[in-house]
Amino acid sequence: MDLSVKIGKLEMKNPVTVASGTFGYGLEYSELIDIEKLGAITVKGIKKDPCPGNPLPRFCEVPGGMINAIGLQGPGVEGFVKDDMPFLRTKNVPVIVNMWGTSVEGYAETAALLDKVEGIDALELNVSCPNVKKGGSSFSANPDLMAEVVKAVREQTSLTLITKLAPNVPDITIYAKKAVEAGADALSVCNTVPAMAIDIEARKHVIANKTGGLSGAAIHHIAVKLVWEVTHAVDVPVIGMGGIMEPKDAIELMAAGATAVAVGTANFIDPTTPIRVIDGIADYMQRHGMQTPKEIAI
Amino acid sequence: MQLDDAEIIFHEPLKGGYRLIKFKTPEIAAASKPGQYVQVRIPNLEATALRRPFSICGAEDGVLTILYKQVGRGTFAMGDLQVGKKVNILGPLGDCGFPLCDSATTPLLIGGGFGVAPLLFLAKQLPQKGVLFVGGRTADDILITEEFEKIGWDVQLCTNDGSVGTKGFVTAALDAWLEAHPDTKAEMYACGPEPMLKAIDERAARFNRVAWLSLDHRMACGVGACLGCIQKVRLTDEAGNVVEKTLRVCKDGPIFKSGTIVWEA
Ligand SMILES: Cc1cc2nc3c(=O)[nH]c(=O)nc-3n(C[C@H](O)[C@H](O)[C@H](O)COP(=O)(O)OP(=O)(O)OC[C@H]3O[C@@H](n4cnc5c(N)ncnc54)[C@H](O)[C@@H]3O)c2cc1C
Ligand SMILES: Cc1cc2nc3c(=O)[nH]c(=O)nc-3n(C[C@H](O)[C@H](O)[C@H](O)COP(=O)(O)O)c2cc1C
Ligand code: FES
Repeated sequence: MDLSVKIGKLEMKNPVTVASGTFGYGLEYSELIDIEKLGAITVKGIKKDPCPGNPLPRFCEVPGGMINAIGLQGPGVEGFVKDDMPFLRTKNVPVIVNMWGTSVEGYAETAALLDKVEGIDALELNVSCPNVKKGGSSFSANPDLMAEVVKAVREQTSLTLITKLAPNVPDITIYAKKAVEAGADALSVCNTVPAMAIDIEARKHVIANKTGGLSGAAIHHIAVKLVWEVTHAVDVPVIGMGGIMEPKDAIELMAAGATAVAVGTANFIDPTTPIRVIDGIADYMQRHGMQTPKEIAI
Repeated sequence: MQLDDAEIIFHEPLKGGYRLIKFKTPEIAAASKPGQYVQVRIPNLEATALRRPFSICGAEDGVLTILYKQVGRGTFAMGDLQVGKKVNILGPLGDCGFPLCDSATTPLLIGGGFGVAPLLFLAKQLPQKGVLFVGGRTADDILITEEFEKIGWDVQLCTNDGSVGTKGFVTAALDAWLEAHPDTKAEMYACGPEPMLKAIDERAARFNRVAWLSLDHRMACGVGACLGCIQKVRLTDEAGNVVEKTLRVCKDGPIFKSGTIVWEA
C-alpha cells in the first residue's frame, strides 16, 4: 500500500495536512505529536507586514464547533522567516505557507518574498479576506477579482500554488475554474463559513468582531458537497477540509474526490486527530483492498 | 506537556457551587509548577466541545487537584462525573508558572474566588510563610483557606457583604498591609477577576513592589496555536527600549509581571 499523494509539485508521504490557523507554525504541537508523520504542515496565514489581528473575544464555542475572528494576526514575512522557519527547516516535513493580502499587489509582493525563502514547498492563497482598496468586501466575493489575485501570485512564484476557496458562494465551480485558469495548481476546499453569535442576556455579540467564521463538525457536510462539486468541475488536486473530527470524516472528503485532507478545529479538541486520521485512512484502504488513496474516491 | 486519560479518584462539592476534583495522572502531576494550568476535555459534553482550562491547585504524589466553580454548561457537566471515570487532560500548560521569590522576601498571595486554587499550590512550594489575602462576594466564595492556615500562613479574609472577615475589597486589606510594612521586602502573586488584577498592578507600581498576575482569558487550543487568547504587553528589550508585543496568554502566560500588561480601557 502506498499512502503518498501529489499536490502540484508537492509530494506528501500521506494525504493528511493540518488546516491553516489551527496548528500555529508547527512548533506548538510538536511536543504532543510527531509532526514529521504529517503529509505536510500548513502554517497560519501571513502577509508581507505584521498584522495585529482583532480585539478579544476572538472566538466562541457553538454547537458542533466554533466561530472565530482572529483577524489574521501574524508576524509578517520577515518575522515568520526569522522566528518560525528555522524550526520548520529542522523537520522532515513539507511546509505549505498560507498567505493573504489586502490588495492584488499586496498578494503579489508577499508571494515574491516567500518564493525566495528556503524550505517552503507550496503557497496556499487565502482569498477570504477584505479587499481594503475596494471597500473591504472579500476577494472571494467576485470570481474575476479572485482570479486576478491568483494570476498576480502565479507571476511571482514557481512554487506549488493552492487557492483556498470560500464556501459561501452560489456556485463554487465558477471559482474553481477561474482559479485553475489563472494558474492555480491545486485548490483547498473550504474556508470557514461566515457566522454570528449573540449573547441574549448580555444583549451583545459574543465575539468583538461581531461576525466570524464557523468551523468544526458543523460545516463538515457543507465541505463534502463543495469538494464533490469542485472535483467534478476541474482536473486539479483538491485538499478537502471542514469538520474532520474522526478518520471517517477525512475518508468521506476523499470519497467526494479530495486528493488530500486537512485537520483543523479538531486539533484544539484532540491534538492526536491528524495522526489518527493517517492511521484510519491506511486501515480503511487495507480493509477495502486499495493500493493508493486515489481509489477512495467514489 | 502531554495528554493523559486520567482517572478521577476524588470529587466532592465544597460550598457555593465550588467543587474539588482529583485525578491520578503521575506524569502531568510531576511536571506541574504553581501557576500552570491544564485543559480538560469534559467527557460528558459532546465530542465537538472545546476543552476547558483550569489552574493546578495541587500536584502531589501523582495526583492533580483542581478547584472549580460551576458557571456554565461545561463545569455543570463536570459536576456529574463520578470517581473512577477517565478524563482526558492536556498539561501542564503555560510558561514556567509563578517565579518563586527568594527566601528573604515575604510572599503576599492575593486570590479572588477560584483564584486561590493556584495560590495554594504556590504556598506549598514556597519554603517561607507569607500572607494570603482572599476576597469574595460572600462567605461562600472563601475557599480552602484552612489549607493555608495548616501550613502556617497568615490568612486575611474579605467579603463584599461582610459575611466573613473584613467587609470590602481584598485590595483594602492589601493596602493596609503594604502601608504598615513600608520596608519589608515583599512580592505579590495574584489570581482572580480582572478588575482585581488591574488594581494590584496599580498597587505594585504605587508601592514599588513586584506582582505576578495570572490572567484568565478564554482559550481554545491552550498551546499557542490559535491566537484566540492574546494579551498586549509593554516590555523593555535588552537595549532598554520599551516595545509593545502581543503575547499568547495560554503559552507565554498565564502569569504576567506587573507593569507589563496594557489593560483595555
Ligand atoms: C488559565 C486559566 C485558569 C483557570 N482556572 C480555573 C480554576 O482553577 N477554577 C475554575 O473554576 N475556573 C478556572 N478558570 C475558568 C474556567 O476555565 C471557566 O470557568 C470554564 O471554562 C467555564 O466553562 P463552562 O463551560 O462552565 O462555561 P461556559 O460559559 O458555558 O463556557 C463557554 C466557553 O467560554 C469559556 N469560558 C467561560 N468562562 C471562562 C473564564 N472565566 N475563563 C476562561 N474561559 C471561560 C469556556 O472555556 C468555553 O469555551 C480558568 C481559566 C483560565 C484561562
Ligand atoms: C482559529 C482558526 C484560525 C484560522 N486561520 C486561518 C488562516 O489564517 N487562514 C486560512 O486560510 N484559514 C484559516 N482558518 C480556516 C481553517 O484553515 C479551515 O479552513 C476551517 O477551519 C475548516 O476546517 P475545520 O472545520 O476542520 O476547522 C482558521 C480556522 C480557525 C478555527
Ligand atoms: S488558546 Fe490558542 S493561542 Fe492561546
